[in-house]
Amino acid sequence: MAEFLFWPALLAYGEAAFAYYGEARHPGRAGRAATWGVRIGWLVQTALLGVQAARADGFPWSTWAGSLNLFVWFVVGVYLIWGCRPRYRLLGLVVLPLAVVLFALARAGGGTETIGQSDYSNLFLVLHVGLVLAAFAGFTLAAGLSALYLWQERRLKRHERTILSVRAPALAKLDDVAARTIAFALPALTLGIAVGIVRLEDRGGSYDALMAVTALTWAVYAGYLALRHFAGWRGRRAAYLVLAGFALVVIVRLALPVTHFA
Amino acid sequence: MSVVLVGISHHQAPVELRERAALDPEHAAELARTLAGNRGEAVCLSTCNRTELYIAEESADEAERKAEAALLALEEQLGPSLYRLRDEAAALHLFRVAAGLDSMVPGEGEILGQVRAAHESGATGPILDRLFRDALHAGRKARTETAIGESPASVSSAAAALAEQVFGDLGGRSVLVIGAGEAGELAIKSLRARGAVIAFVANRTQERAEVLTRRFGGEAIALEDVACNLEHVDVVLSSTASPDWTLERGDVARTLHPRRGRPLFLIDLAVPRDLDPTIHELDGCYLYDIDDLQAVVAETLAGRRREADRAEGIVAHEAERFREWQAALDVVPAIASLRARAEEIREAELERAKLSGAERRAAESVTAAVLNKLLHLPTIRMKQAAAAADGVIYADAVRHLFGLEDER
Repeated sequence: MAEFLFWPALLAYGEAAFAYYGEARHPGRAGRAATWGVRIGWLVQTALLGVQAARADGFPWSTWAGSLNLFVWFVVGVYLIWGCRPRYRLLGLVVLPLAVVLFALARAGGGTETIGQSDYSNLFLVLHVGLVLAAFAGFTLAAGLSALYLWQERRLKRHERTILSVRAPALAKLDDVAARTIAFALPALTLGIAVGIVRLEDRGGSYDALMAVTALTWAVYAGYLALRHFAGWRGRRAAYLVLAGFALVVIVRLALPVTHFA
Repeated sequence: MSVVLVGISHHQAPVELRERAALDPEHAAELARTLAGNRGEAVCLSTCNRTELYIAEESADEAERKAEAALLALEEQLGPSLYRLRDEAAALHLFRVAAGLDSMVPGEGEILGQVRAAHESGATGPILDRLFRDALHAGRKARTETAIGESPASVSSAAAALAEQVFGDLGGRSVLVIGAGEAGELAIKSLRARGAVIAFVANRTQERAEVLTRRFGGEAIALEDVACNLEHVDVVLSSTASPDWTLERGDVARTLHPRRGRPLFLIDLAVPRDLDPTIHELDGCYLYDIDDLQAVVAETLAGRRREADRAEGIVAHEAERFREWQAALDVVPAIASLRARAEEIREAELERAKLSGAERRAAESVTAAVLNKLLHLPTIRMKQAAAAADGVIYADAVRHLFGLEDER
């Protein structure tokens, strides 16, 4: 059943990714088709996660591939909050292809199957994995918004003639929404890390490279919010800092999980 | 009933002729009533680019003659510039007009309101009412399904649209105006229309600055005070005749720290330019001069023309639907007669049967269902045939077969 749901979800995300490309060229119907693709894909993926949760004896996304599956669901879910608005549709050009690739990777790693049981308690995994992945999803969206900011800012600086033909969200909006997303995501990451540390202290164990990079990620985003609040960091500099933080998220998500999940 | 259109527009008639044929709304409504008379329908659409008379009457020739006479009465030299269209061609023309496809600037939005006003003040009946409703629908559809009307078509509206690209909603954003030229006024109006607030007006002469503040609000300041007020504004609009910079890079750079990353959008409409172009290099500052704005407008107009091709398709589709509806009118009397005759027979037979209350209700239900099922297909087929121009033949055949000739 779970496998049966994977393909329609992937197909809907894939359709949305293509439609966003069409939307960038000719705004209109393609954008609406893309939005519906995202909605349908996300609902089908929700059903897939539901089936996995119902059939598994324990938390079903404790593997690297499983957590990737959950991560995609969080990213698309957070994207849906703004992505349905016409001006933010271009963000889908960044988010949906990424979602398709990661979702396919999750399946290749067996993350969309129903697994037996986990060595960890459900509560710990729900809190730790759930909160960290939700935070990373927020950072991913903030990175998409910042990338869009830099692209739009570059167009304004270059006096591009097409600036009003292919419209993106306003700079101030992109900057503001990215900051708000991080302001929501950072407390989730803080809690997720805290739960992990408590368990580590309780059960005993050693810190690994992933934990160190996650802490560094936390520091970058905390620094971003502090600089924004106290030093008035906005605009291009702030966008670069968000992208730097996201580079760490990519490392945590893709390069280092082997050490942590082992 | 035929629809006839006689008119002049910017395509054939120069402004010297158009202005003599232009009618204010009251006169346009009066002319429509006169042309309609007791049994006809008429609408007069008069804008700065066109004066068009739409008449629906039994005799197309008579309608055309009346419309021509009415326009020539306004200006006798109009003759060579007049165009005359009938039925499908007239409908397609109006739909194109409503969609802004016949305008000087493709997709301009004002025409839709003007078509609506002409419809409301016209002497309409079933034909022209439907025609104008469909035209308004086509105009709205062309604008919502294509980007033909989205992008700005003038330098002043492009400047305001670019400010929105920086700030989003301009509601409450404050503007500093330097100079009080005519181009600047248009830009002020565009910015204010989007919710921006004029905070300061600086001008060489204090009197002129005060004239502007009375009209648009804000505080009149001296040119020397511009730099020290930069910190408080979001948009700077400059259009003086000064040969020197009114703002230099250093003036703006000094405000960056106190602005705490707030962007600053600068519009320079002056020739020679007022604002030091190197301001654009500063972080968070976006400076657009007249050439930059004109380049953006040229691109948006080109985009509108590209979108116009898609809008033409929408308009043609809607015009075809109107044609089908109008053609179906030819068979409506035959369909109505057929149904009336069938109903008459059914009622008579039920009366003759002398049924009890319950039996009568059951029989009525059954016979009505039989009748509807029987007549459904002929009705649909006649309407389809009408759309394909065979409707009159079918209608005559039905009248002959069912003996409906007397009811014509």
